Amino acid sequence: MRGPGDPGSPLVAAQGLAAGDGGAPVISGTTFAVAPGDRVALLGPNGGGKTTLFRAILGELSPSAGDLRVEGSVATVAQTDRSRLDFPVTALDVALMGALSRLPWWRWPGRDDRRRALEALDTVGLGEQAGAPFGELSGGQRQRVLIARALVQDSGLLLLDEPYSGLDATSAERLTMLLDRLSERGHGLMIATHDLDQARDWDLVLCLNRRQIAFGPPAVALTRATIEATYGAALVDLPAESEGLHARAILPPHHHDHP
Amino acid sequence: MIDAILDPWRDPVTLRAIVEVSLIGVAGGVLGCWIVFYGLAYGAESLSHGLFPGLVLAALLGLPLLLGAAAGLLVAALAVALAARVPVLDRDTPVAIVVTSLFGLGVLLALSAKTPPGLQGLLFGDVLGLTDADVLIAAVLVVALLAALAVLHPRLLAVAFDRESARNLGIAPFAADAAVLVALAVALLVAVQGLGNLLVVALLVGPAATARLLARRMAAMMVLGAAIGMAGGIAGLYASYHLDTAAGASIAAAMVLAYAGVAAATTLRSDGLARRAPLG
Repeated sequence: MRGPGDPGSPLVAAQGLAAGDGGAPVISGTTFAVAPGDRVALLGPNGGGKTTLFRAILGELSPSAGDLRVEGSVATVAQTDRSRLDFPVTALDVALMGALSRLPWWRWPGRDDRRRALEALDTVGLGEQAGAPFGELSGGQRQRVLIARALVQDSGLLLLDEPYSGLDATSAERLTMLLDRLSERGHGLMIATHDLDQARDWDLVLCLNRRQIAFGPPAVALTRATIEATYGAALVDLPAESEGLHARAILPPHHHDHP
Repeated sequence: MIDAILDPWRDPVTLRAIVEVSLIGVAGGVLGCWIVFYGLAYGAESLSHGLFPGLVLAALLGLPLLLGAAAGLLVAALAVALAARVPVLDRDTPVAIVVTSLFGLGVLLALSAKTPPGLQGLLFGDVLGLTDADVLIAAVLVVALLAALAVLHPRLLAVAFDRESARNLGIAPFAADAAVLVALAVALLVAVQGLGNLLVVALLVGPAATARLLARRMAAMMVLGAAIGMAGGIAGLYASYHLDTAAGASIAAAMVLAYAGVAAATTLRSDGLARRAPLG
């Protein structure tokens, strides 16, 4: 697996971007850039426009205003609960699907693609499970198989749709380590999440609530004001640890209790 | 005993039937895997019943049945596609109405005085009444069908696994749907003459549904489905030959028995495993 392009040029850059499904734009005023190696937390309430932004970056929606530049190809990592568990495929079969994005429609993935799929499974720590049925893997393992599939696509930028949802603490930690490794290899990562604590450890945060609330390094962008603007008035301080920023935020309707 | 096994092969009529059901069994077993995972079992049923007027008209006009089936299929597919757009609660209801209407129209035509006898053959197939040319056409269509499915296999797999992500892999889910539907239409054309309007779905869904209980990978499921389809088809013909039962119905019965047997066996086995597993 190779890291994408030269470090300076962004993998995706938006300037005053607005996008939506036909009618009124779901998101507007988004201005940000993601460079190789950046881990970007995408924060926002459900319906705040995270999916719309992803779809715009994927080219499924065209901007209704502003400018969006995407360098190279983009891979998505969907939520695992969307894939079917009764489907007769192995982890390797799923990883190998990533190769299809690089092949014309009549071509089967070849030996070289197979080798890369196995490498990708190794990278995500599932080299041993290559032959295991996808549906019999744990939620965290399935998530990593989908990341392996994205790696086989050979894209610089990876869009991850709430990869932490439904993971136990161990799986979540393992996923974080994997994302760190991918960032070191030069992948740009945009990670939709509800977990503020997690977001603080990454390079950048992008707060979205139908418009862009904030973008920048977490220390700068994640203020109490921006968090409240991002989630409406949903920020609640827990009495036990009400020391400003580090208070646990409870964010309905998606409330994840991470230790 | 040996004669009981070999006799059908010595009879050219039964031999043609064996070749035909083998072809249909293999095509149905392989394509059936996609039909099951693309949720098209009801669509297959609808199309096979909806094309009935085409078959009857061909019989009335003395045209080749294959031609009638093709025309009937086209009309049925269009009618079903239009009906599915009627804004009611669900899409099954209008489709069901269209299909029963078409089927009723076919029966009405078939019962008219001018229709040559043989309604039964159209409904239940006439696998023992095939000519060499019929079998040859079936062989050509089945080979083409299998070749197309082989080429498209990786994309069909990716779309069936996860439609939403397929687009990101450069695959249009709509194109995959269309490919499976066209394949279904071709398979119906081949199978309807041998197995008839009412029983053809048994071979398009039964073997794949049975294989699904046993296989853990798509390729294995297809090989199993093809084997079950072929074996069930030939078993049905043997039953028909020796017990003098209707061929199409015997084949359908063999498929149902295979499914029931495998389902019972796998349920018993997993129950047994569950019981042996430690509690907690």
